[in-house]
Amino acid sequence: MAFYVVQFLTGLASAASLFLVASGLSIIFGVTRIVNFAHGAFYMLGAYVAFTLTERFSGAFGFWGGIIVAALAVAAIGVLVEMVLLRRIYHSPELFQLLATFGLTLMVEDLVVLIWGPDDLVGRRAPGFKGAIEFFGQNIPSYDLFLIALGPVVLGVLWLLFQRTRWGVLVRAATQDRDMVAALGVNQKWLFTSVFALGVFLAALGGALQIPRDAVNHAMDLRVIVEVFVVVVIGGLGSIIGAFVAAVLVSELNAFGILIFPKISIILVFLVMAVVLIVRPWGLFGKPEAPARRTPGLTVNPWRPLTTNERLAAIAVLVVAAALPFVAGNYVLTVGSEIAIFVIFAVSLHFLMSVGGLASFGHAAYFGLGAYGVALLAKMAGLPMIACLLLGPLLGLLGAAVFGFFAVQLSGVYFAMLTLAFAQIVWSIAFQWVSVTGGDNGILGVWPEKWAASPSHFYWLSLGIAALAVVILRIIVFSPFGFALRATRDSPLRGEAIGINGKRIQWTAFVIAGTVAGLAGALFAYLKGSVFPDNMGISLSVDALVMVLLGGVETVSGAVVGAIVYKALNIWLVSQTDLSKLVLGGFVVLIVVAFPKGIVGTLEAFVHRRRKSSSSASSPLLTSRIESAE
Amino acid sequence: MSMVPTLLSVEGLTKSYGGVHAVRGVSFELRAGEILALIGPNGAGKSTCFDMLNGQNIPDSGRIRVLGAETTGKKPRVIWRMGVGRTFQIAATFPTMTVRENVQVALVSHGAQLFNLWASTARQARDEAGRLLDLVGMGAYAERPCGELAYGDVKRLELAIALANQPKLLLMDEPTAGMAPRERVELMRLTARIAREQSIGVLFTEHDMDVVFEHADRILVLNRGTLIAEGSPEEVRGNTQVRAIYLGEGLLYDARHREGASA
Repeated sequence: MAFYVVQFLTGLASAASLFLVASGLSIIFGVTRIVNFAHGAFYMLGAYVAFTLTERFSGAFGFWGGIIVAALAVAAIGVLVEMVLLRRIYHSPELFQLLATFGLTLMVEDLVVLIWGPDDLVGRRAPGFKGAIEFFGQNIPSYDLFLIALGPVVLGVLWLLFQRTRWGVLVRAATQDRDMVAALGVNQKWLFTSVFALGVFLAALGGALQIPRDAVNHAMDLRVIVEVFVVVVIGGLGSIIGAFVAAVLVSELNAFGILIFPKISIILVFLVMAVVLIVRPWGLFGKPEAPARRTPGLTVNPWRPLTTNERLAAIAVLVVAAALPFVAGNYVLTVGSEIAIFVIFAVSLHFLMSVGGLASFGHAAYFGLGAYGVALLAKMAGLPMIACLLLGPLLGLLGAAVFGFFAVQLSGVYFAMLTLAFAQIVWSIAFQWVSVTGGDNGILGVWPEKWAASPSHFYWLSLGIAALAVVILRIIVFSPFGFALRATRDSPLRGEAIGINGKRIQWTAFVIAGTVAGLAGALFAYLKGSVFPDNMGISLSVDALVMVLLGGVETVSGAVVGAIVYKALNIWLVSQTDLSKLVLGGFVVLIVVAFPKGIVGTLEAFVHRRRKSSSSASSPLLTSRIESAE
Repeated sequence: MSMVPTLLSVEGLTKSYGGVHAVRGVSFELRAGEILALIGPNGAGKSTCFDMLNGQNIPDSGRIRVLGAETTGKKPRVIWRMGVGRTFQIAATFPTMTVRENVQVALVSHGAQLFNLWASTARQARDEAGRLLDLVGMGAYAERPCGELAYGDVKRLELAIALANQPKLLLMDEPTAGMAPRERVELMRLTARIAREQSIGVLFTEHDMDVVFEHADRILVLNRGTLIAEGSPEEVRGNTQVRAIYLGEGLLYDARHREGASA
């Protein structure tokens, strides 16, 4: 019995930090409508800065002062970020905001390693809370008790801040209707900045307070952000009470889940999240999200199938690509195969994002499932390669069918957070279920059969499948199903009013995208001869997002170009620098701020403008309108 | 007239939020080819009533039947498939598609082709879409991106979309809101003409009394959730209770028309 009580208290102590970070995220979202992906990075920075300060300054004052100063210092960095970056993207679509803050996260990860080194850092114990208290033969660290008390205290302080101060009233008003608050003459800029500073302060404080409990390392940002996303999805974005209750719930589920499913404790959290989503899609304390804003300036030209000339050009490009083995060596062909595989992966996400309007932040899950599907079939069942290539992606299909069902119940940022959380769950299963997946060691020795083994043959195989995938997805875009999907994206309300079951359409699209991603993963397993948990990791999901954005999210097949450019650049970059995440993150931020239309989108807009300016003088439609107006 | 079948029958429709009775025991009928206006001051329960008819809101009690078939509490998409078209107060269309494609989606949906992954939509129901666009006077704009249309044209496009399933009943929520005066008259004339030609029943809510009195065959007046009057425009205009609680605008209408008549 005492054991369970101690386990319960440990869970409560873990909840404190989680609550701090989640409430910060919620407050920022409430006012600015930005889901700050970089929140985990600020949490990590808080821990690192606090580590340095508490090591430098001794004594109780040095420790507690160090923690507070660290949180304040990181909040100051947050202010800088808000003023330099976020102010430029408040009116961008949510996807771009998520990506920009994700780019920041990538940059911080490399910077942290650059400054503090790659090794885990163990900080010192909290003065005054070094011991443990005995409870029926079990020890509870007194620092845990401090954290347990801290959670409700912070909740109380936040409540007072929002209920009793003028600033708090403004924040609550802005959370409800920020345009109205602006119309009433409130200086929105500084309100946003101060809210962001408070949110970042809470995140950094949460990180700093973890020093006595956990080693500080450069992977803690993603670990916490996934948990925080789960917390806000359960608790409801924008609700501080929700963040508190859900933080406790998730921490307790983790604490007891370890006892029930020691290997895959995260399953329990997932099940609870699934139940909450079915019963209350907006979280326990959340409110339904208003429909996403349409961004003026990002107008979309209606899509059309390729003309005959364009088709011939595409075939010509394909023929040239197919001739590569006659001129290039093995290394180039292997790189070529990898690029072709990532074209498949990118177009599958592009289909979901552009056509379906569903920006998945965890698309790598289905890529990885396809890869593991192949590896398991080849190694355990010993099936031939063709059968593996056909059946392996079915694991991606299955995963997409299960997760997609829940994910499409939500939209916008909730959808993004949920898909990310799902991908992390799949990743941790692959990582923890060692007996089946080999855990961190992966599954080795998945080699193609003789007919596909040579680099040129494998290149042709990948290229052929990539071309097929692009063509099939294009056909679907212009099929009635594609139209229904676009209709649901454009106006779910109108779609429903003309008989379209939007959720089912989106679910089908999710399954299609997941299957195609699984196909890419299946090929990838054969290309590399092995599969690892990283094949479904967050960075791979983000790679796909960047490829889509780089190509142009409003185009039909821009992701093809995006994948080729990005993958080539990436392979080159990794061979040139150790700071690839820093460069990559900077690159992502740059695209979002400077080229939101991507390569193909920018080209299309350019061509469109030229065509328009040359023909507008004699546009029959325009003249007829002018006549009718007269 | 008695041979004209009852298209929509509403019995004892009731909805409350907490302690507020938004709609209380509303009953009425609508016959094919008839244009019925639902009016009332702000907060009278028009929108609640409307949302229950089109399936966006579920009534606490009461029954709604379209041509004898129960639609109470059904989803909007199901109600649409039972032959009820609708337009929104703020026109809802698909801005990234062309005008023709907007109508094609509705036609494809009507033809139960939504899960067809293979055919080319461009060839589906192309002429049918063109015919509907011609009907609402949008034929010349068929290949234009919907997002570039003027608002009045969007409203007409929306009407074409609403007609795609050959509806027997058309629900229009403030059809002329946000339009210029001349456009209002044109849109309502168009709607009335189509309704008579195809024997479609039309139920619309409206704030503009000129539109209501000019185009409605019959008017329902809603106040605080209950129907307080029902009848032809003349009857409603003469109803003292309606005047007392509602028709500030109606008096203006009368005055203006008397002026017009004397001049």
